[in-house]
Amino acid sequence: AQAGFGRRYFKAFVSGFFVAVPMTVSVLDCLAYVARVDGASMQPSLNPEGGSSSDVVLLNRWSVRNYQVQRGDIVSILLIMPISPQVSLGLVHGRASHIIWPPRRWQRIVPSVPVDRRPLLNWDGETEDD
Amino acid sequence: MFRGFAVKALCFVGYTVQYGCIAHCAFEYIGEFVSCSGPSMEPTITNHDVVFSEKISRHLYRIQKGDIVIAKSHFDPKMNICKRVIGLEGDKVCTSGPSDIFKTHTFVPRGHVWLEGDNLRNSTDSRSYGPIPYALIRGRVCLKVSKIQSRLTYSLKPEA
Repeated sequence: AQAGFGRRYFKAFVSGFFVAVPMTVSVLDCLAYVARVDGASMQPSLNPEGGSSSDVVLLNRWSVRNYQVQRGDIVSILLIMPISPQVSLGLVHGRASHIIWPPRRWQRIVPSVPVDRRPLLNWDGETEDD
Repeated sequence: MFRGFAVKALCFVGYTVQYGCIAHCAFEYIGEFVSCSGPSMEPTITNHDVVFSEKISRHLYRIQKGDIVIAKSHFDPKMNICKRVIGLEGDKVCTSGPSDIFKTHTFVPRGHVWLEGDNLRNSTDSRSYGPIPYALIRGRVCLKVSKIQSRLTYSLKPEA
């Protein structure tokens, strides 16, 4: 009876493994991803308090599968070393859609561009005055 | 009777999702067949050739000089390009043509690779758009499916 139970357990474990691992990997690759924000480069939107507590954001992989991003979106990119100010669109990995930790900072991230950082052309079809 | 049908439909959906996820993992982390078009890699890979691109080397950072890789295009990330790796990060590559009097060189920056097609006269590659980030590489071409007298055979390692 012991050997039978062990074998059934082993079979259940293997079949569960082959279901759970591909599904988890597929969800992380295609749907969403959770990541902790380190550093102060995105203050005050992310990590406004600095070193004491890091924000944790939800990265939406589904919305960037066709590489459609808007001005004002916060995105994560695959980057080792930037050589130019422009980044290839193929490196966009996910769009930060929600802050999920700490609980007092639960919010949906809304795309917004600060007034002094707008592009000089193609902003609502009008040019900025100098 | 309706409950039996609903249970069967749910099982079908469950199996489809499960095998879809296994297929996604296989294509993303093991390898996939790719059909190439264009003259930039002749004579190694000709128009309408089917090649097998393996993903394991790319994820383990084992892409080497001389490998043929499939990468996302710098200009249109939904398009893929197939070129040979001529230089890795830190290498010095020649950017002038063979007929130029003054040779120019450049260093490949960290995290980037220098790609060139085998058909140098008919290839848009790093000589025009510069080195591309390593993260845009999707896989390494290791096999070419070639048709000889209507039978499919596999040739190993398309060499230069």
